[in-house]
Amino acid sequence: MSYRFTEDHEWVLVEGNIATIGISDYAQGQLGDVVYVELPSVGGDVSKGDELAVVESVKAASEVYSPVSGEVVEVNGELEGAPTLVNEDAMDTGWFAKIRIKDASEIEELMDETAYKSFVEGLDE
Amino acid sequence: MSENPSIKKTVLFDLHVELGAKMVPFAGYDMPVQYPDGILKEHLHTRSAAGLFDVSHMGQLVISGADPAKAIESLIPGDIQSLAPGEMRYSFLTNDKGGILDDLIVTRRGADLFVVVNAACKEQDTALLRDGLRGQAEVTELADRALVALQGPKAAEVLARFAKDVATMPFMTYREMTIAGVPCFVTRSGYTGEDGFELSIPLDQAVTLCRKLLGEAEVKPIGLGARDSLRLEAGLCLYGHDLTEETTPVAAGLLWAISKRRRTEGGFPGAAAIQAEIANKPAMRRVGILPEGRAPAREHTEITDEAGNVIGEITSGGFSPSLEIPIAMGYVPLAFSDVGTKINLLVRGKPRPAMVAKMPFVEQRYYRG
Repeated sequence: MSYRFTEDHEWVLVEGNIATIGISDYAQGQLGDVVYVELPSVGGDVSKGDELAVVESVKAASEVYSPVSGEVVEVNGELEGAPTLVNEDAMDTGWFAKIRIKDASEIEELMDETAYKSFVEGLDE
Repeated sequence: MSENPSIKKTVLFDLHVELGAKMVPFAGYDMPVQYPDGILKEHLHTRSAAGLFDVSHMGQLVISGADPAKAIESLIPGDIQSLAPGEMRYSFLTNDKGGILDDLIVTRRGADLFVVVNAACKEQDTALLRDGLRGQAEVTELADRALVALQGPKAAEVLARFAKDVATMPFMTYREMTIAGVPCFVTRSGYTGEDGFELSIPLDQAVTLCRKLLGEAEVKPIGLGARDSLRLEAGLCLYGHDLTEETTPVAAGLLWAISKRRRTEGGFPGAAAIQAEIANKPAMRRVGILPEGRAPAREHTEITDEAGNVIGEITSGGFSPSLEIPIAMGYVPLAFSDVGTKINLLVRGKPRPAMVAKMPFVEQRYYRG
């Protein structure tokens, strides 16, 4: 499987019917030092575009939106004690939540790595 | 970010960019919010070594006349007449209701006053001072000088390498001296809670002097992001947030900046309101707040009592890099202002427990001589 991305800089990695969600390396760099992550409740349902989590950096709070609809089946408890994982390893151990996918076609709408890369390059710094 | 033609740059702009700063608009200036190290590291570096801050966006004024100390007391409640030459004091401009129009630092030099005001207020302050002092004193903007702060436990040691006399300057004093060949106005003051200095430098020599300071092993450049978290840990107010036209020095807990003589004599805008508030106690009071858990409570977060009634608001809040917990300050009714009082903070709609706490959150370490 390969990463898919949203224009809000979330990433999704799909295995079977489970989507792991995090924020991109570009996003963590923009946010700066992450000091707290508010995660969703396991068992809750989210729709695509709903607020899934909140990332607090030293500077400000930023919402993370769910790229897919489904049920939250797991959250990354490591982030509670080590929120800086989001800065250090955004694309892997800094993941936020796993969602059981309701509608697989939502994944198809997301950017692949190449498209996301050019999307980020096109953003004004 | 698109180019905003009206945004101003300080003389150190190119140096910030060269150092890799992320620039953001602040009070009409393009300012460094952080350098590549990031806010956390910059903050901790200032607490353990020394940080160099560009504060050239702030206003530097000189007030001269027959008796400028007496004259300015008609506009601010600070006791300026009691200052000896070379001493300085924190004060504020007040309106007729005793609300704070800006906070500022007044230094008595030989015959004149050197005043530093907030960037966002400098035009308004200058106009107010000019109008208010007309016929008694003249207000001159020092547009030809940069202002930088060197803050931290190693600041004195570093600066003394270039001008050994700085080592013995007590907190809140002023001297004119040559630092690495550059004539500076030096004050032992700052906005971090640490020992440190502010240097007013001729514009054309500011970059050279800053490069020399940054060449010292202990010194790193620090952005506005860490400046904000440092001052919050030190319990220091930020104008426009913790202090506004709606807050009085009494509510803000800044009565220490109004001497007994000034409280008794009055003679500044809003004196009657402030005197009445001293006698009757203020309705609201600025307090330190420690949220439970790790979620920071930001500015404008509502404060409730344990029953859920909204009783106040956070005016500054964030994460303390030194303590590794969230910290905040805000205004609550007097009955809720005792240290240890339990309150709730409505963070994203959910009440979270918090407690009124003593400030500063991190001990101030000023050099008293």
